[in-house]
Amino acid sequence: MNTLTLLDAINAALAWELAHDDNVVLFGEDIGKNGGVFRATLGLQERFGEQRVLDAPLAETQIAGMAIGMAAQGLRPVCEIQFAGFMYSTFDHLINHAARLRHRTRGRLSCPMVLRTPVGGGIHAPEHHGESPEAWLAHTPGLKVVSPSSPARAYGLLLAAIRDPDPVIFLEPTRLYRLLKEPVADNGEALPLGAAFTLREGCDVTLVSWGASVLETLQAAEQLAEQGVSAEVIDVASLKPLDMPTILASVAKTGRCVIVHEAARQCGVGAEIAANLASEGLMSLLAPVERVTGFDTPLPLARLEDEYLPSVARILAAVERVRAY
Amino acid sequence: MIPIAEFRVPYTRFLDAHGHLASPPPDFQPHDLLPVYRAMALTRAFDAKAVALQRTGQLRTYPSSLGQEAVTVGLASVMRAEDVLLPTYRETGAMLWRGVRMQELLLYWSGDERGSDFAGPREDFPIAVPIASQCGHAVGVGFAFQYRRQPRVAVVTLGDGATSKGDFYEAMNTAGAWRLPVVFVVTNNQWAISLPARKQTAAATFAQKAIAAGIPGEQCDGNDILAVRDCIGRALERARVGDGPSLIECVTYRLSDHTTADDARRYRAQDEVSAAWALEPLARLRHFLVDQKLWSKQDEETLLADNQAAVSAAAADYLATPPQALSTLFDYLYAELPADLAAQRQQLLTERGQA
Repeated sequence: MNTLTLLDAINAALAWELAHDDNVVLFGEDIGKNGGVFRATLGLQERFGEQRVLDAPLAETQIAGMAIGMAAQGLRPVCEIQFAGFMYSTFDHLINHAARLRHRTRGRLSCPMVLRTPVGGGIHAPEHHGESPEAWLAHTPGLKVVSPSSPARAYGLLLAAIRDPDPVIFLEPTRLYRLLKEPVADNGEALPLGAAFTLREGCDVTLVSWGASVLETLQAAEQLAEQGVSAEVIDVASLKPLDMPTILASVAKTGRCVIVHEAARQCGVGAEIAANLASEGLMSLLAPVERVTGFDTPLPLARLEDEYLPSVARILAAVERVRAY
Repeated sequence: MIPIAEFRVPYTRFLDAHGHLASPPPDFQPHDLLPVYRAMALTRAFDAKAVALQRTGQLRTYPSSLGQEAVTVGLASVMRAEDVLLPTYRETGAMLWRGVRMQELLLYWSGDERGSDFAGPREDFPIAVPIASQCGHAVGVGFAFQYRRQPRVAVVTLGDGATSKGDFYEAMNTAGAWRLPVVFVVTNNQWAISLPARKQTAAATFAQKAIAAGIPGEQCDGNDILAVRDCIGRALERARVGDGPSLIECVTYRLSDHTTADDARRYRAQDEVSAAWALEPLARLRHFLVDQKLWSKQDEETLLADNQAAVSAAAADYLATPPQALSTLFDYLYAELPADLAAQRQQLLTERGQA
C-alpha cells in the first residue's frame, strides 16, 4: 500500500476512473500539460491523452456550463476550478441547471458531473485564493457537496463523487494537499457519500468539523486527552446530504458539542448542524452548542490570515465553556 | 499600415417581402416547403391558442413567437432527428417540429415540470429560461458528439439580448478553439423585452460577434424561410463534417409582446410594429407557394381548420391532464432520495393526508 499525500490520492482516484470508465473526461485551466497549479492532475494528460484530459480556455462559467452539456449526454465530466474564489461565476450553471436538470425534466436528463476546487485559507496565497464556499453550495437543492480531510477519504470520496449519478461539488482543502501522508489502497474502492466519519471516539464532548479544520480539531482532542477529557471527533465530510444521525448519536452520548469550521459563521453549515441539534437532540444537550468558525468578515490577506482561522486555542476555549456550563 | 486580418459577414436572402424568388438556393425543391409552411402555420395557431388560454386564466405566463416562425421552424427543419436542440423559451415552432407535443408545451407553460419530460426528442434540452446559459451546455453536448465520433450537431438558440452576455462569447470561443459541432442561432427579433437591438450593442450585426471567436458568422433574413434553411443548413453541414461551429443571425421581428405579462406599447411605436407586419414570414412564404401553384385558397382554408382543430384538441388534452402527485416535489431531485429529504417528503404527505 502506497503512502500518499491528499494531492497524490486525488491524482490516483482520477487516474483510476480514467482507466476504468471511458466516459470520464477531465478539463480545467492548466490541468493538462501543466498538471494543474497544484499538480493534482500531474501526468494524466500524458497517460490518457488530450481527448480525455483537456486544458480548457480560461472561462469558469463556460467550464461549468460545458460540464452540464457533457453530463446530460452521459459522459462523466470532472472539471476543475483553479481556486474556489473563481467559482462564483459558475453558480448560475450549478444552481439553475446542474442542480435541477433531473428534477425539471422529471428524470429525462441528468447531470452526473463533478466540479473539483481547492478551498480554504492558511497557505498565504493571494486575495480570492482561500475561500470556503460550502454553505452557498449546501444551500442548493439538487447538489451534493463533499470535502475530504485525509488522503484516504479524498481517494474514496472522489471515486464516489465521479460515480454518483448527480452533480457533486468536491472541495479539496488546499492546506492539507501536501501536509499529511497516509497509506492509501489504490484499489478503486469508493467511500459512501452522505456519511460522516467518526475519527476518534470519546464521551465528554463531541467535536464536529470538516475540511482542513479537522486537523486543528484532532490536535485539540489530543490535548484534551492529555487533560483527561475524552473528545469524540467527527469529520462531517459530506456537507450535503448531511449525516445528522451520526452527529446526534454522538451528542446523545456526550451531551456537549463544539462545531469547528473555517467559513464565516452566519448561515454557515455549522448553523444547520446546531439547528438540527436543537430540534432533534435538545434533551441530550447539557450545554449550548458552540461554534468555532471564521469571522463574519472576508478572509484576510496573508498577513492576518492565521488570525481568522479556527485555532486549537479557540477550540479548547470553546470546549472549556461547554464543559463549565 | 497594412491590414493584419480581414473579415466579412455574408448576408443571405432569397425571397423578398412579397414572396418573389430572385434566384433559388442550390438544390432547391419548392415542394420541400409545404410541410414547413404547415408547421409555421401550426406554430402561429398554437401561439394564438396559448395566449387565449392565458387570457382566460387557463395558462400561466407565455412567450408568443408571433412573427418568428420562419426562424424557429426553419432551423428545426434542417436538423436531423439525432441532433440535439438547446432551445430558449421562444422556440415553440422548433420544438413542435422535432416532436414535442402541444399538450406538453402547454403543461410546461402552465407550471408543470412534466412538460419538459417530453416523449420525444429525449435528448433535447428543456427550455432555458436564464439568458444565454444554454450556450455553455451546447458546447458540452457538442464535445460529447466529437468525443464519441458521432456525426451529430448541437443547435443552440438565443436572442439578440443574449449576445450581450459573457456566456455566449465564452461558449463560442471554446467551441471554436476545440472545433466542436455546434451551431449558434441568434434570433434577432429586434427587442430584448424593452431594449431595442440598436441599444444592445454598437456592433453593426450580431453575426460579427463570431469573428472574435474565430468562427464563421453569417446574417440572413429571418423572415425568409429559404434563407434560414440555407444558412443554418450549411452551418449544420460544416459542423457535421468536422469543420467546427458557426453563428447564424436571423433578422426577424417580435410581433407579439415579450410575454403575456408584458405590454410592448409601453416602449415601442405602433408604426414600427405595423411596418414589421408587412415583412412577416408566413404570408411571404404563402405568396411564394401560391405563385408556384403549390398552394390554393382551398388548401389554406383546410389548413386553418385542421390547425384550429389540432390546437383545440391539444388544449383539451392539456386541461384534462390529472395533476402531478405531491410527492413529485421530491421524487426527481436525486437518483436516490437522501434520508433527510425522504423525511421532508414523508412529513408533507402526512400533513396533507396522503401518507
